[in-house]
Amino acid sequence: MSSKKLKDFEEQIRQCVKCGTCQAYCPVFGEQKRESVVARGKIALAQALLDGDVELDRRFAGDMSQCLLCGSCVDKCPNLVPADEIVMAARREITEKHGPTSFGRSLSLALKNPSLMKWGARGASLFSPILFKKVPEGSGLRLRFPAPYVTRDRIIPEIASRPFRDRHPEFIPGEKDKPLVAFFTGCMIHFMYPQIGESVLAILRRMGMNIWIPSEQGCCGLPAISAGDGATVEELADRNLAAFEKREPDVILTACASCHAGMSRHFAEFGERQKELAKKVTDIHVFLEREGLIEELKNLPAKTDPVRVAYHDPCHLRTQGITKEPRALLRALPGVDYIEMEGADRCCGLGGTFSVYHYETSKKIGARKAPGIEASGAELVATACPGCMMQLQDIINQAGLPQKVVHILDLIAKELPEHS
Amino acid sequence: MLQPRIVEILKDIVGKENVSTDKSDLICYSYDATQQKFLPDAVVHPGNAQEISLILKMANSEGIPVFPRGAGSGFSGGSLPVRGGISLVTTRMDRILRIDEDNLVAEVEPGVVTEQFQQAVEKVGLFYPPDPASLKFSTLGGNVAECAGGPRCVKYGVTKDYILGLEVVTPKGDIIRTGGETMKGVVGYDLTKLMCGSEGTLGVITKIIIKLLPKPEAKKTMLVLFNSIDGAAQGVSAITRAKIIPTTLEFMDSSTLECVRQATGLKIPEAAKAVLIIEVDGDRDLIERQSERILEIIQPLGVVETQVARTPAESEDIWKVRRSVSPSLRKVNPDKFNEDICVPRSRVPDMIRAVEKIGQRHQIPIVSFGHAGDGNIHVNILIDRSAPGEMEKADHAIKEVFAEALSMGGTMSGEHGVGNTKAPYISMELDPAATEYMKAVKRALDPKNILNPGKIFLE
Ligand SMILES: Cc1cc2nc3c(=O)[nH]c(=O)nc-3n(C[C@H](O)[C@H](O)[C@H](O)COP(=O)(O)OP(=O)(O)OC[C@H]3O[C@@H](n4cnc5c(N)ncnc54)[C@H](O)[C@@H]3O)c2cc1C
Ligand code: SF4
Ligand code: SF4
Repeated sequence: MSSKKLKDFEEQIRQCVKCGTCQAYCPVFGEQKRESVVARGKIALAQALLDGDVELDRRFAGDMSQCLLCGSCVDKCPNLVPADEIVMAARREITEKHGPTSFGRSLSLALKNPSLMKWGARGASLFSPILFKKVPEGSGLRLRFPAPYVTRDRIIPEIASRPFRDRHPEFIPGEKDKPLVAFFTGCMIHFMYPQIGESVLAILRRMGMNIWIPSEQGCCGLPAISAGDGATVEELADRNLAAFEKREPDVILTACASCHAGMSRHFAEFGERQKELAKKVTDIHVFLEREGLIEELKNLPAKTDPVRVAYHDPCHLRTQGITKEPRALLRALPGVDYIEMEGADRCCGLGGTFSVYHYETSKKIGARKAPGIEASGAELVATACPGCMMQLQDIINQAGLPQKVVHILDLIAKELPEHS
Repeated sequence: MLQPRIVEILKDIVGKENVSTDKSDLICYSYDATQQKFLPDAVVHPGNAQEISLILKMANSEGIPVFPRGAGSGFSGGSLPVRGGISLVTTRMDRILRIDEDNLVAEVEPGVVTEQFQQAVEKVGLFYPPDPASLKFSTLGGNVAECAGGPRCVKYGVTKDYILGLEVVTPKGDIIRTGGETMKGVVGYDLTKLMCGSEGTLGVITKIIIKLLPKPEAKKTMLVLFNSIDGAAQGVSAITRAKIIPTTLEFMDSSTLECVRQATGLKIPEAAKAVLIIEVDGDRDLIERQSERILEIIQPLGVVETQVARTPAESEDIWKVRRSVSPSLRKVNPDKFNEDICVPRSRVPDMIRAVEKIGQRHQIPIVSFGHAGDGNIHVNILIDRSAPGEMEKADHAIKEVFAEALSMGGTMSGEHGVGNTKAPYISMELDPAATEYMKAVKRALDPKNILNPGKIFLE
């Protein structure tokens, strides 16, 4: 993937018939209403670059930065033109020509250097209230929670005093005839939301799974893809390949929608071995459904006072067709009174480097979720991606609403009885 | 290239963030859904009628062409800046100004997206029926300018049937109001209707007053497979004769079905040679009775299989079959010409047979589908532009398709308009006196030919 040039997309670029359908689905276009930000425009500009009609200049870089890489347009494009991949390729070309931004440079430094990341996160936990100065600048977290968010009154989770993977042995044996499941934690769960990781373990243990948490694993690479940093993406892919080839897991689970995209779709494009491994990457909600957890949840004793819960579709699951399983899990929980909210499938507006460069637009895109959340009357908004959780809580706070955002897995773990 | 002085004036009128002469923006506003390419010299995003008025006055005195544009989803090149000049984009003017539940009218700016308007009125129990397949992204201004139609127009009519009044900036820059708020109104010429379908050549629409209906209580969707196109066509006539007007009556011919089979893997029985998608709406009891009656009437006409949707999700599944058509065509050949002829509905089977013959004669795949209920057939000529001789073949085929439609008492275009793509053919349909009458209107209103020149008429 990282080796693919814009030129390699010529055929796909030609497949855009300029119908304009993407205008209906692109969150950025929804706010800006300018053709250069919608997939159709970006594709026309990519074509113009290949034809030599425009230069690889500031203006071009600016246009290409106006993309959340959410894939919403690809999903609905009648010709399935991969606008997001075309933007990624264009960003790589920009980085190659002009070098990374200072932001991108520190990113790659930290991403490539796990001890630096660890040190950074540990240090941060001591200063939790002012943590962002201490979060390793390039851990991937900074990208997702860029400085602008933090300087405002955004509520951010405390950085874990001990990152998730440091708390557990690499291998947790389960029942003999049960599958071996590898857990790809991703940076967010590892550093910021270890609680989600704990829920994952609790659920998997309860199901008797043999759990493997490779200690050598790294970032899924999505932040670097978003920044157009092809070299870093490649290094990370190498590291993850080595880490996950050490055993032969039956599945590799992700509990973060973005990691799922990074480790399935993008990782697969590096080669045959990666492709084989990527086939095993499964969103945990899909896995839980497949393993019959829904039936088990339905059989739990009824609760008298269920909580009203709505669900937000992370783009990186929705565009992979994963929309039913998370809802089915929520519906099955006796303690949950599930309500479908309006605009559940709207993008939250985070989008990797997008929110770094276009904070105001990102906020506007997010704000469009607020009316649906309010009207639902839900007490909790559940979702399946820590990145979305962060953004959603911010949206809710900014709108002065009372809801709390949770991961579906936390709700499940709370209701499942302890492992005997 | 516009003189820097002109660009400065434009910036003074609309603000500098709303004017661009950057190459990148010129490229982004050089195309529409016809995939032609004409670069404007400037792209302007005005915010209101006063600004548009000033732009047009300036354009008149400077002799600069102005090309109105909504979402750029047009299928006939209507918004394309064929002579450079200014691309005037309405997407900033996207407010729904009011929804009046007492009088069942609404007033909107032209840049409002069709579906967003529909959703807004449906929230208060009202209904705006026109439903072009592009409704998720097309603008209401573009819909009025093209008089867009859709599947529901069998029962509910097309865009112009819902437009009560307009605010228009004339080509010379005056701001006028046409029609009004009332269902009736006969003072002076019906300029509202004149503007509907005028393709941005007679004025820029800046406000639209829209008639609304109460939202039907429910709807019911049916998919019926026939063993012949004649059976399907007789079905349409039989339903009409039984005095039932369904909301939609969509059909697909056997070559369309073949494309869908190949592209989607949907299991459609081999015996099926034509499909009708029938939808009825209204009170719950009424639509139950109507749908039963419809199935009864068409049963003897060679029905292979029937599916009746019981839930909105099942109804959605049926419409998915219809929507899969367009993308599936690319699997046959990379390029297509999508003509939207319209014939009296009883002539639909004759027209389809004629189209089949034309395809055979020129040895190019042609598939037909569309709105059987109103005779509007989408004839898709599938070619590979890069293959030698294909373009010429397509051109001949298009002409023959038009000629057949006209000989059956039909028209070259039911929905998409003339723009620049059909301009070379209009003399096949309009006699010279009628064309001259239209041109006289255009000349009188736009003597310097500033507004959207090069469209509808060849000059
Ligand atoms: C996938 C697809 C499906 C389609 N399906 C249908 C269909 O089912 N039925 C149908 O009728 N059409 C259909 N169309 C064609 C097209 O969507 C319609 O013609 C639509 O009305 C165009 O709206 P727009 O906002 O994109 O206008 P544009 O394409 O931007 O402009 C169209 C014309 O309107 C003029 N115009 C735009 N705004 C104004 C204004 N404010 N004042 C004056 N003139 C203006 C322009 O100059 C131009 O001549 C389809 C197109 C696509 C791509
Ligand atoms: S929806 Fe796809 S084909 Fe249509 S304009 Fe957008 S990218 Fe191009
Ligand atoms: S990937 Fe998302 S943000 Fe980027 S062009 Fe497509 S819809 Fe817009």
